[in-house]
Amino acid sequence: MISTAPRLLNLDDLHQAMRQGRDLLYPSQPKIMVGAATCGLAAGAEEVLAAVREEVEKGKLPFIVAETGCIGWCSQEPLLDICIPGRPRVSYGRVKPGRAREIVRAIPEVKRDWALAMMPGDENELNGSHVNYCVPHNGHVDGLKAYKELPLFKHQLRIVLRNCGIINPDSLEEYIARGGYHSLWNALRKHTPEELVAEVKRSGLRGRGGAGFPTGVKWQAVRDAQGEPKYIICNADEGDPGAYMDRGVLEGDPHSVLEGMIIGGYAMGAHEGIIYVREEYPLAVTRMKRAIRQAEDMGLLGQNIFDTGFNFQIRVVKGAGAFVCGEETALIRSIEGKVGEPQQRPPYPAQHGLWGKPTCINNVETWANIPVIVQRGSDWFSQIGTEKSKGTKVFSLVGNIENTALIEVPMGTTLAEIVYEIGGGIPNNRACKAVQTGGPSGGCIPADRFDLRVDYDSLSQAGSIMGSGGMIVMDDHTCMVDIAKYFLEFLEDESCGKCFTCRVGTQRLKEVVTRISQGQGKEEDLELLQDLGWLVREGSLCGLGQTAPNPVLSTLRYFRSEYLMHIRDRRCPAHRCRELITFEIDPVLCNGCGACVQICSGKAILGEKNKPHIITQAQCTKCGACLDMCKFDAVLVH
Amino acid sequence: MPEMEAQDVKPLLEQFADERASLIPILQEIQATFSYLPEPALRRVARKLQIPITEIYQVATFYRCFSLKPRGRHLVQVCLGTACHVRGGDLVLERAQTETGAGLTGTSSDMEFTVEPVRCLGCCGLAPVMRVDRDTFAHLEQTKVRGIVNRYRPRKKPATVDKIAASAQEHAAHD
Repeated sequence: MISTAPRLLNLDDLHQAMRQGRDLLYPSQPKIMVGAATCGLAAGAEEVLAAVREEVEKGKLPFIVAETGCIGWCSQEPLLDICIPGRPRVSYGRVKPGRAREIVRAIPEVKRDWALAMMPGDENELNGSHVNYCVPHNGHVDGLKAYKELPLFKHQLRIVLRNCGIINPDSLEEYIARGGYHSLWNALRKHTPEELVAEVKRSGLRGRGGAGFPTGVKWQAVRDAQGEPKYIICNADEGDPGAYMDRGVLEGDPHSVLEGMIIGGYAMGAHEGIIYVREEYPLAVTRMKRAIRQAEDMGLLGQNIFDTGFNFQIRVVKGAGAFVCGEETALIRSIEGKVGEPQQRPPYPAQHGLWGKPTCINNVETWANIPVIVQRGSDWFSQIGTEKSKGTKVFSLVGNIENTALIEVPMGTTLAEIVYEIGGGIPNNRACKAVQTGGPSGGCIPADRFDLRVDYDSLSQAGSIMGSGGMIVMDDHTCMVDIAKYFLEFLEDESCGKCFTCRVGTQRLKEVVTRISQGQGKEEDLELLQDLGWLVREGSLCGLGQTAPNPVLSTLRYFRSEYLMHIRDRRCPAHRCRELITFEIDPVLCNGCGACVQICSGKAILGEKNKPHIITQAQCTKCGACLDMCKFDAVLVH
Repeated sequence: MPEMEAQDVKPLLEQFADERASLIPILQEIQATFSYLPEPALRRVARKLQIPITEIYQVATFYRCFSLKPRGRHLVQVCLGTACHVRGGDLVLERAQTETGAGLTGTSSDMEFTVEPVRCLGCCGLAPVMRVDRDTFAHLEQTKVRGIVNRYRPRKKPATVDKIAASAQEHAAHD
């Protein structure tokens, strides 16, 4: 189907492909979609998909079965969607294969009680268009809310995630049907490279990888730089733990990244692009490679794109598992086959990048914004967001939160809106303690600061950073000393070792925090942490070292009393630091069922069947498995 | 786990151009084929790319996805991303290490399992998460690890086969 398609040379060809795509996107027979990104698959989407396919084949049902990317409702995975012509799209969550079969068999009836939400139409932020799925008077399913009415989606503005969960990521036609590659057409046929660079500058777009450097300024630098050839790189080495925005885009809408890169190539005078994807994302690698092949077959990549004489090619390079390679100079070294150690800047990659040539490195999300800016113009884009942070930002909202989700909101949305409205608050009636943003380079922002507007500047004033967009919500069971220790372990491990301050500084910081977590800390240690933190920040070459003290300094700034409790009272209020807690069995509540004996990792629990058990403290590893296992609340921790 | 013969790596190497940029893709391919980087293979790579073996070791030991020691038949990766951490990922890791017998050394003595922490699998919405070979397990608790590990254990041989093997050994001993 795709491989036999002719090359797209002019606008008529693009419109023809668009019509084909529409037939796939809004077919005249019922369509069943399963969210099959990595997270969906982990939650069981493959089994659901197999069950649906089998059911359709068995009944010889005239239905289309398709995969789609992740719509971002992670807590409800695996998701199954039914689109019946003339009726709203209906979503089902946490679908098991058996239930999926029943839903399929019921078509055209809707299994109302199991349904999560419905979508009466297709709104497209790329061009502001709206396609109504429903014939008049048929736009509702009784009692079922529309996506737009749900708190999770109401506050979102999906520019980067415009196609995720809507199109089949393996279908170039569906991407085109929703306006894809029209921006490329416009860019190549109607604009000069200089105009495009100016437009991106005017839009106010800043790098979405974390540091927030103005994208247009970077483009200008690469365009003006001497030296041929020039290179375009997409940084998809999404290493921040707790962040998966880029994976969502690569797996759910690969062509949006390709289109952004091709436009960038034209604007900056480059003819080769590289997508550097971390190896932990095998599905993203597969989908990206497939998308590149499709674009090549259709003439959107390769020689003489849209008959304009412009040539551009893209290839995928797989990372090898090093967090520091998210830093641009380290990433370049890694592509060159070397050890990923960051280099002194200047010279910046814009002047002296891959193989010593001018190179533009932007993050996945940045690239995916480009087609929208070209399509709707910088005026439209710069209306969104705050004065200095324009557009939207994708966040992975995870941790102790009701709706774990991949969301996209306008810059300037408050943390309170994100956590309590979009995220639906904290599960199990617990109190919210903090939100961690920016990964190992970021910090923890306490719940009493949730009126903070999320943009580059406010977050860095609060001692954290925007980072790539991981947002980890922590409840009162999270120990801030433990979190600081966690990030220091990470950074100590991932420091490339080039700078002494980072290599040894993170080790010393970790030792001090570990000491505190074991109840061996002294009050002077807190000052030592401040001093060490300053030293590591000032003395390190790259962003990893310069931001490494953030997690410890921000927790110290906002949760000093918790550090002091560990030091003075040798107490961990969150019951997390093992050296400071003990487990005991309440002899009245324990009925001697033996479940804890089976699971105990230290073989520390003794007792006869049906008689109260006891824990031998010397052997207890304090893993807490007995606490999880006990159905009678007989295990106490203090 | 396949046994490494120096010549086995030849067809693999032929797919790549003789340039420095091929080094990491080549090592990834060797790692994928043999589940570690055998020394004879690295020597061949050094010859092919005209790079000193020390530099190849430098790259092989810098990046996390390479292993210089043979790995177990099953690779258990426990995610230690932040979302997994706040939901008890470290306890899952510890449990996986004890249940498989891999301990802190990483690989069980029967070479069935290698357990390693991984920085983030990007399934944070389903935390805590663990991957065994190609299967990802979501919403874990440390108490579920034993059951999952047991699914990957080799099935015990049927008694009859054991008997035949035992008698064959006996014969061998007599000979």
